Amino acid sequence: MKSYEIVVIGGGPAGLAAAIEAKSNGAKDILVVERDRELGGILQQCIHNGFGLHVFKEELTGPEYAERFIEGLKQQGIEYKLDTMVLDITDHKQVSMINPEDGFLQVQAKAVVLAMGCRERTRGAINIPGSRASGIFTAGTAQRFVNMEGYMVGKDVVILGSGDIGLIMARRMTLEGAKVHAVVELLPFSGGLTRNIVQCLEDFNIPLLLSHTVTNIVGKDRVKEIQIAEVDENRRPIPGTERSFKCDTLLLSVGLIPENELSKSAGIRLDGITGGPVVNESMETSIEGIFACGNVVHVHDLVDWVTEESRRAGKNAARYVQNQLVQGVKTITTKPGQGVRYVVPHYIRPENIEDKLNLMMRVDNVYHGARLVIKEDDRVIKSIKKAHLAPGEMESIKLTKQELETIAGKEITIALEIEEAKE
Amino acid sequence: MSKTVEMICISCPMGCKMAIETITNGVTRYKVSGNKCPRGEQYGVKEMTNPTRMVTSTVKMKNGHLNRLPVRTSDAIPKYKISECMAVLKAVEVEGPVKVGDVIINNLLGLEIDIIATRSM
Ligand SMILES: Cc1cc2nc3c(=O)[nH]c(=O)nc-3n(C[C@H](O)[C@H](O)[C@H](O)COP(=O)(O)OP(=O)(O)OC[C@H]3O[C@@H](n4cnc5c(N)ncnc54)[C@H](O)[C@@H]3O)c2cc1C
Ligand code: SF4
Repeated sequence: MKSYEIVVIGGGPAGLAAAIEAKSNGAKDILVVERDRELGGILQQCIHNGFGLHVFKEELTGPEYAERFIEGLKQQGIEYKLDTMVLDITDHKQVSMINPEDGFLQVQAKAVVLAMGCRERTRGAINIPGSRASGIFTAGTAQRFVNMEGYMVGKDVVILGSGDIGLIMARRMTLEGAKVHAVVELLPFSGGLTRNIVQCLEDFNIPLLLSHTVTNIVGKDRVKEIQIAEVDENRRPIPGTERSFKCDTLLLSVGLIPENELSKSAGIRLDGITGGPVVNESMETSIEGIFACGNVVHVHDLVDWVTEESRRAGKNAARYVQNQLVQGVKTITTKPGQGVRYVVPHYIRPENIEDKLNLMMRVDNVYHGARLVIKEDDRVIKSIKKAHLAPGEMESIKLTKQELETIAGKEITIALEIEEAKE
Repeated sequence: MSKTVEMICISCPMGCKMAIETITNGVTRYKVSGNKCPRGEQYGVKEMTNPTRMVTSTVKMKNGHLNRLPVRTSDAIPKYKISECMAVLKAVEVEGPVKVGDVIINNLLGLEIDIIATRSM
């Protein structure tokens, strides 16, 4: 069986950044495995701009951002396999894969980096009643069809879900000549960035219907009509508020789920809230030597954060294979408190921190004028004023090595303290 | 005479709700309120006088592994030119190989802005 120091599963921005960073930190033979026909992951279909403001200090499109990392990988001479699907990993880090050229192949790795990204929630996952007509797509699938294959998915469109992908697709379909009747959102606020609501909806006079949902899909072969209604605070349709749009297409932008079939079969512990592996400061999962980064751990809205986190995973995988990562030392748990849904990483071993650590988190509602406070019992370690917080925007707090060293116990809490009333 | 328009500043994630008052009293002036910083005022006045946007789209690709090549404007163009820009892009078909950054259309609509490729293919 062929062996590698590090096998990276997934060739999106997470896998690419991890592989490049591992190589720069002394790892020798690295293999990147990608099931698609090219590297770059989901970025290849995200042709709009807004990527790279933190990492490159300039505003790039998805493909431009991806190409910089693909070039980096090639320059470093890192081996990669395309059209290759990983089928299984064991807790002993044996990786099984399949492709048209080699057939079935098994390799032994010293360390594994999971970078499989996420997949979109589909209609089944949220149970919309109505017919099973064609013309219903997830927004990401439509994005791929339109931007890469040049196939227009419909002419008259309703979009369910106001996350960034839904907003971006509302503009994209309009520019390509479709009529987008409305973006329908179940919650009283949009999960997308305000700048996308302005640039993608308001610029084109596309209505955003908050606290609304799709109640029925009509049509036998193809979608003919979408019925919607306003919902009450329990998210149940309010009788008498029904209306309908004649249209041929429904796009669903109803959330992303980390892609963790492989992690589950390897026996890696998952977090019920993020849907991704529980990780420590080095982005190492519950199995020693198996690391994870990017959307497979938690869904990111900015690829720049994916890069930061993945570089950390790659670097630590390299440290692991060189026996530089300290195992079985003091561990601190990061616990989400009031207003905070989750915190990544879940565990911190201060000995492995060189100078600082970024804690990433999401809040559970829209807040103005609040503080994110990190505490050990009643002692405040850090408190940061936040003028604006929203579930759609990931927050991060930097903890220095000095701050981490002041923690005597086994647990810190990250919670929201509200200064003004919630909006 | 004065007229007020409401808008949200998109220069940063704060998303301030602003009101822009147009004062036409011989010369046209704009009074911006609700912004929490000077960038909001700048944005508000620009939105009133010459709103611009980056355009990202695709053009047909003849001999690539994909049917479409992603492109963008080299800089933001006036908002009212977006649909003209899309019409120009629709008529374009590119033959590979293309490198990221290659100019696909020179001086789009006489705006002194180019259409450039956003990936190699
Ligand atoms: C439809 C969509 C649109 C998005 N739009 C934006 C946006 O506009 N702006 C933004 O900043 N972020 C956007 N995101 C978030 C974006 O996904 C992340 O910023 C970033 O791409 C995540 O990188 P990743 O490498 O973790 O995942 P991905 O880019 O998804 O890469 C994962 C890779 O792993 C491969 N893979 C998975 N399983 C296997 C397997 N078993 N074997 C081999 N290979 C495998 C996949 O083929 C894929 O190439 C979007 C996400 C989606 C799903
Ligand atoms: S006015 Fe200033 S603070 Fe308010 S959204 Fe604009 S840039 Fe941000």
